Amino acid sequence: MADKIHLKMTVNGQPVETLAEPRELLIHVLRERLDITGPHIGCETTHCGACTVDLDGKSVKSCTVFAAQADGAEITTVEGIGSPDKLHVLQEMFREHHGLQCGFCTPGMITRAWRLLQENPTPSEEEIRFGMAGNLCRCTGYQNIVKAIMAAATEMNAAKEAAE
Amino acid sequence: MPKDGGIGASTKRREDIRFLTGTGQYTDDINLRGQAHVAFLRSDVAHGRIKGIDTQAAAAMPGVVRIFTGADFEGIGGLPCGWQVTDRQGNPMQEPGHPVLAQGKVRHVGDPIAAVVAETREQARDAVEAIEVDIEELPAVVDMKAALAEGAPKVHDDLSSNLCYDWGFVEENKAAVEEAFAKAAHVTTLELVNNRLIANPMEPRVAVGDFAPHSGDSTLYTTSQNPHVIRLLMGAFVLGIPEHKLRVVAPDVGGGFGSKIFHYAEEAFCTFAAKQLKRPVKWTSSRAEAFMSDAHGRDHVTKIELALDAENNFTALRTETHANMGAYLSTFAPSVPTWLHGTLMAGNYKTPLIYVNVKAVFTNTVPVDAYRGAGRPEATYQLERVIDKAARELGVDPIALRRQNFVTEFPYATPVAVEYDTGDYVATMDKLEQIADLAGFEKRLAESKARGKLRGLGVNCYIEACGIAPSNLVGQLGARAGLYESATVRVNATGGLVVMTGSHSHGQGHETSFPQVVADMIGIDANMVEIEHGDTDKAPMGMGTYGSRSLAVGGSAIVRATEKIIAKAKKIAAHIMEASADDIELKDGRFTVAGTDKSLAWGDVTLAAYVPHNYPLEELEPGLEETAFYDPSNFTYPAGAYACEVEVDPETGKVTIESFAAADDFGNIVNPMIVSGQVHGGLAQGIGQALLEGCVYDENGQLLTGSYMDYAMPRAADVPFYSVDHSCQTPCTHNPLGVKGCGEAGAIGSPPAVVNAVVDALQRAGHTGVTHIDMPLSPSRVWSAMQG
Repeated sequence: MADKIHLKMTVNGQPVETLAEPRELLIHVLRERLDITGPHIGCETTHCGACTVDLDGKSVKSCTVFAAQADGAEITTVEGIGSPDKLHVLQEMFREHHGLQCGFCTPGMITRAWRLLQENPTPSEEEIRFGMAGNLCRCTGYQNIVKAIMAAATEMNAAKEAAE
Repeated sequence: MPKDGGIGASTKRREDIRFLTGTGQYTDDINLRGQAHVAFLRSDVAHGRIKGIDTQAAAAMPGVVRIFTGADFEGIGGLPCGWQVTDRQGNPMQEPGHPVLAQGKVRHVGDPIAAVVAETREQARDAVEAIEVDIEELPAVVDMKAALAEGAPKVHDDLSSNLCYDWGFVEENKAAVEEAFAKAAHVTTLELVNNRLIANPMEPRVAVGDFAPHSGDSTLYTTSQNPHVIRLLMGAFVLGIPEHKLRVVAPDVGGGFGSKIFHYAEEAFCTFAAKQLKRPVKWTSSRAEAFMSDAHGRDHVTKIELALDAENNFTALRTETHANMGAYLSTFAPSVPTWLHGTLMAGNYKTPLIYVNVKAVFTNTVPVDAYRGAGRPEATYQLERVIDKAARELGVDPIALRRQNFVTEFPYATPVAVEYDTGDYVATMDKLEQIADLAGFEKRLAESKARGKLRGLGVNCYIEACGIAPSNLVGQLGARAGLYESATVRVNATGGLVVMTGSHSHGQGHETSFPQVVADMIGIDANMVEIEHGDTDKAPMGMGTYGSRSLAVGGSAIVRATEKIIAKAKKIAAHIMEASADDIELKDGRFTVAGTDKSLAWGDVTLAAYVPHNYPLEELEPGLEETAFYDPSNFTYPAGAYACEVEVDPETGKVTIESFAAADDFGNIVNPMIVSGQVHGGLAQGIGQALLEGCVYDENGQLLTGSYMDYAMPRAADVPFYSVDHSCQTPCTHNPLGVKGCGEAGAIGSPPAVVNAVVDALQRAGHTGVTHIDMPLSPSRVWSAMQG
């Protein structure tokens, strides 16, 4: 076993540091060393997206990023997007449109959709379906996820317009 | 207009708050102080004799606590099977042992051979690599018919063959069915495969075993749809732990679709090892392990024949099915191709004579058990495909042929032993024609043609039997369990309620919909009702969530317990208001003496129950807590009609779903939003089965679809917006809510619609020789069919 390495990163706006084995994955460090259990592990092979986090402004599957690669990075997980006391509009719209059932894929869905709407604030239905294609959901049949993201885009754009 | 938070309201789900913010608690989020980690060494051959296991080098690796093999489980029970099917001769099925860790032989890729317990997950995985196993590879049986051939290698040496059972239903009808076929004006025959699927809930299975040396109590945290069932099966049959010394907890469960009903080896192992090592032991499945250890679904090969008279009335139906059991009998495996399949073969039609033959076969593959729909999708698929083929052969409209043969009078006793209480198949078909705009199909067909695409329309019906019951009947059919549900309703002094239920949500929203029922009955705010589930220390007993039973059975138990609460509360109110209990009315959370202005609030009465100063102590005990067990008198029978329109690319064979409409009759509905969501999810899984998903083994029993690279799951871009309607409602006549169950309908009804649509598209394009394509309808299969 190689010596542990010392990692520093910013997670949800908070500076954190931890020791980890060089082979440890970012998702394991988040969940097990930093106790950030919102992102889930659904496949360990980059296919399902349950572990999606935002790393330096991009959606990544944290099951296929070594924690060492995230040294110095700025990471946002679902916990950094909204909280039970103050849901983000995306989270509100997922609830409003029943865009979740068992909830296991949901943190990845929210985190990916949050980035998607920054990449493309006015996505079409097709752009949402393809933009979310890296995230599997086995419960909802995707219909209400797509509707929730469309509704969130509308709300967010209206709020932006009102602010301008 | 339903009251907000009451029955019929699309109340937003309270559980969403934690799921949306990453604060849900799933089993993998549980980490106990001092816990060790497990990694399993699994067989990489499908069939082999274990000649030796050398764990010496592995045991010396860093962090290794202990290594277990099959030898450690000598004298300990194997995993039990919960259903015994009786064959055509009246003999019990062949029932092999199922050890927790392999003993002597391995029988499928993924069969666990050894388990390493180490300080960390990585150390456990490292040590697994260092175990030396000497396996003499044996020839494997994968194909079911080959497995039944004379001289085929036997999966279990101690059984007479690979035949688990040869089941006939209804055996007494066999001769009459043959006679009807001999007299038929037309017979349509179809051979088809119901493709093997893997449930793939997004949360992999997890088990955390814990043991308290001071009390001798064991606890298992597990990803289960039915923790009480696991407690009973594991405690009584595997580890010999009485229920009062064993607690099973299933916290938030990330989907199941049937695959988390069953008792698995890893659960027993972690509970056992925790007791041996006197420390918590945790196992988290990787997705690769899930593919080779979660029970698979479907995998039927069927020949179906439909006999019709000269007026196109269905006169008889005959089927022969081979059903794959895999290498061992998973918990409810034998019931799926028999009682959950044969009893549904009448469908929505008044076919007077039916005979179903099922041969269940052992092969060197992962055990096969219930997956969303379980037997009912297999029945629906073959029936609705053969009807479509018959219509084509007879040159009649497939919808008209169905309508002509609909059951229209209820109750209706089928020739396959069940009695439909209510239904209106004409109404759901009418509704479907409207919401799917079937009248506009020709126009859309022309538009597709103009784009160079082949368009097809597929329509079918389905019926489902939910909430499998009653217990005394299923006992006669071979179930080794009762199929009731329990509920305890505890009213606190200040009026809030806790409902403890044996049903357990794995995504269905029980924490929202169950309070809607209770709040409606009492007339209080739904937020005064809290649901506790998923813990054997809380609910008295439970059979869990599967077979679309939670509301129909679990909800009915809650109604019964709440009725007892109300009856007692009325007596208390009557005493305080000096009236007769018969004169007390409860409305909007107030007890009133009928015809007077005397009234008491709900909270006044609940407080009196716990501060019984002015209380009928000579007649009533203080307190307000009641338990009810509800055992249904019959199944419930949701039914509906589905329509799918597809486009096929003539160059590539790629199928796209252009529209999908579902008209369902679920009886009364508590939360329409949740019901629609259930249908959407079922449709996606059915569309997945029809177009994308298929589990493939090679001839040596190697699992070729062992990851998401090879097993195609439906993604957001693969499915359309669905049009769903559940306004046709014929309430169930025998449960207090009049509800029928909606969880599996989408997965049951959708595969035939898709396949009917693709065959229709090809037929319309002149490929008249294409009468069937087996699922999944991949581009290569569709393209090949078009090439003739």
